[in-house]
Amino acid sequence: MDTEISGIVCMFVATLVISFPLGRYIAKVYEGQRTLLDPVFNPVEKFLYRISGIHISREMNWKQQMAAMLTINMIWFLLGMFILMNQSWLPLNPDHNPGQSPDLAFNTAISFITNCNLQDYSGETGVSYLSQLYLMFLHFASAATGMAAAAAVFNGLKSSTTDKLGNFYNYFIKSITRILLPVSFIIAILFVFNGMPMTFLGKDTLTSLQGAIMHISRGPVAGYVAIKHLGTNGGGFFNANSAHPFENPDYFTNMVEMIAQMIIPFAMVFALGFYLKRKKLAYVIFAVMTLGFLLLVIPNISMETKGNPAIAAMGINTSAGNMEGKEVRFGAAASGYWSIATTVISTGSVNSMHDSFMPLSGMNMMLAMMVNCFYGGVGVGFLNFFVFIILAVFIGGLMVGRTPEFLGKKIEAREMKIALIVALLHPFLILTGTALASYIYVQDPSAYAAWLNNPGFHGFSEMLYQYASTTANNGSSFAGLGATTPWWNISTGFVLLFSRYLPIIGPVAIAGSLAAKKYTPESAGTLKPDTATFGLMTFAVIFIITALSFFPSLALGPIAEYFTFH
Amino acid sequence: MKSSLIPAVRLTIVLILLLSGVYNLVIFGIAQIAPNHGKGEIVMYNGKVYYSNIGQSFTEDKYFWSRPSAVNYNAAGSGGSNMSPFNKDYLKTVQARIDTFLVHDPGIKKQDIPVGLVTASGSGLDPDLSPAGALIQVPRIARVRHLPENQVRALVHANIQRPLFGLFGPAKVNVLKLNIALDKLSLK
Repeated sequence: MDTEISGIVCMFVATLVISFPLGRYIAKVYEGQRTLLDPVFNPVEKFLYRISGIHISREMNWKQQMAAMLTINMIWFLLGMFILMNQSWLPLNPDHNPGQSPDLAFNTAISFITNCNLQDYSGETGVSYLSQLYLMFLHFASAATGMAAAAAVFNGLKSSTTDKLGNFYNYFIKSITRILLPVSFIIAILFVFNGMPMTFLGKDTLTSLQGAIMHISRGPVAGYVAIKHLGTNGGGFFNANSAHPFENPDYFTNMVEMIAQMIIPFAMVFALGFYLKRKKLAYVIFAVMTLGFLLLVIPNISMETKGNPAIAAMGINTSAGNMEGKEVRFGAAASGYWSIATTVISTGSVNSMHDSFMPLSGMNMMLAMMVNCFYGGVGVGFLNFFVFIILAVFIGGLMVGRTPEFLGKKIEAREMKIALIVALLHPFLILTGTALASYIYVQDPSAYAAWLNNPGFHGFSEMLYQYASTTANNGSSFAGLGATTPWWNISTGFVLLFSRYLPIIGPVAIAGSLAAKKYTPESAGTLKPDTATFGLMTFAVIFIITALSFFPSLALGPIAEYFTFH
Repeated sequence: MKSSLIPAVRLTIVLILLLSGVYNLVIFGIAQIAPNHGKGEIVMYNGKVYYSNIGQSFTEDKYFWSRPSAVNYNAAGSGGSNMSPFNKDYLKTVQARIDTFLVHDPGIKKQDIPVGLVTASGSGLDPDLSPAGALIQVPRIARVRHLPENQVRALVHANIQRPLFGLFGPAKVNVLKLNIALDKLSLK
């Protein structure tokens, strides 16, 4: 087999092999069962609880959970604004980078508390090491926020009847101490020994072999990149993200980064199965997600390895594929694989420049973010899928003429309303944002010329991609978009706030409402969610909502661009 | 929300100490036993230090050229061109690179020029070429440096890094290391 293809297969299989036992472990952590490393973690956690005055035995209902979540997120935001705007005089700034402007700091702080990591700045010049360290804290904290919300939903789906969903701080802290921190640590060690810097020295200056002066940015990269991927955050230490040779030195680190970003989204699905003792349900969900993933990733690998027909027409050898924006050490195939992996889950890190992908590859990346639940980001990916399950249960229930129910709890008007709002909010934010930006642009294309790096249909795609990425809390870009302007900083900042918190609050509210209902045991007439039929039903719901919402905009962008050459 | 404010502030402070502080310090400590103490892997030549992972601009005929870079190998401001595949200006740039290559390497067949040599990388710092990208430059190097072609070709082959474990990913050639080896060869 071609070594580029075998590399991809190896990455996928390794992810699967690691995430299954990890899922069992995560379920144990949230159930509060004993695990092997209790003697290490228990004292650390007790210390954290005591210092912060938290009583984890105090169970919370869904509203208390969300209040706790929003409060602590707000503190992170304010602190982030302060550090980013004042980094110029704060310590750990060896390269003397300036403080961020208020609108840029607003965007950056929101983008990192929401696990999106849209970056309207360049890592080399836009942040100090102190800011990088704080952003690293947000990598952990925002990932654990999503995981804690998913744990609350798991809890709400149990068969017992209660209005309590566990304790937010308990889930949050344990997600960090027992899952994110130890795994990141192992990954960072692998990186340190494979060419990734971990230093607090500033830029180095040298003369190249050919005689040019070079300045070389460095920093505490290894620790940053480990949690950047494990927590599906994706914000790069350097501007070029994981295409930068210090942020991704070779094919081995590329595999580790790829596996690291997918294991928790995979594992959360398995964790659901272990937690609820409904493994078959987890397998059905996983199968639907994998089907969606493969439908997007296989075409991308194929299109990128085939290369750019416009360059092939010049008569050179394009057998290496579409290499614009790609690195030799990864090749076109692994870059194509990464492009979809990073967009189905909400990482948004890149090992090649998405703006230079073939038009339909770009479309698939946007579709991945428009669906936003094939695996999805840590914790929140499952929450998004859960919304589609509720919709599928309701439609399925109507089709067979029974009261819709999920796991023994009735789905009623209240749950449906919440699910629909969350499901429709997603296209609403993407399309409204793109429409407003397009409107502003066409008012005076010369004034806003710096927005778009490419003319015509692709320029539209750059704007559509930006809002899809923002709304999916993804953070990758068609980076030709000149996004360091007040319009983009502020508009995407607000889109982020809505698209992060409502899709967390909605599913937790549904779970809270379901948890309080009476449990009805399954009978012959129950619509069983752990069957292939129901899986296909869910897939169909996702497909129809996505196609109806987004086909027109995709036709104006990537599809039109495709036909300019073919 | 008020009741959760104090615990949230305290928890935030102590977690910052743990995650921004302790976590990084421990990794930093371990990095001290890593290659070059975690300051980036280096190669030494003629008493000078170079970063082996950071690509350099090579445009002179006596060196193997590195790939085009959208940021001119600025390692303090990485990035790609972000050109879309059918952008007319972009396609003109690629055509110009092909023409330049053919001027400097007469006798090369156009259909042998590998695409990597005329397209910019994602980071603008790509340290590598594909084996084909290095081999096609052998006749020029041999001519300019007055070396036998097969000797230069053997040098390229000796510098090809095989896929990971021989199984995963593409083969590649580190341009900086290859050019250092080339300078050494010329000195002999």
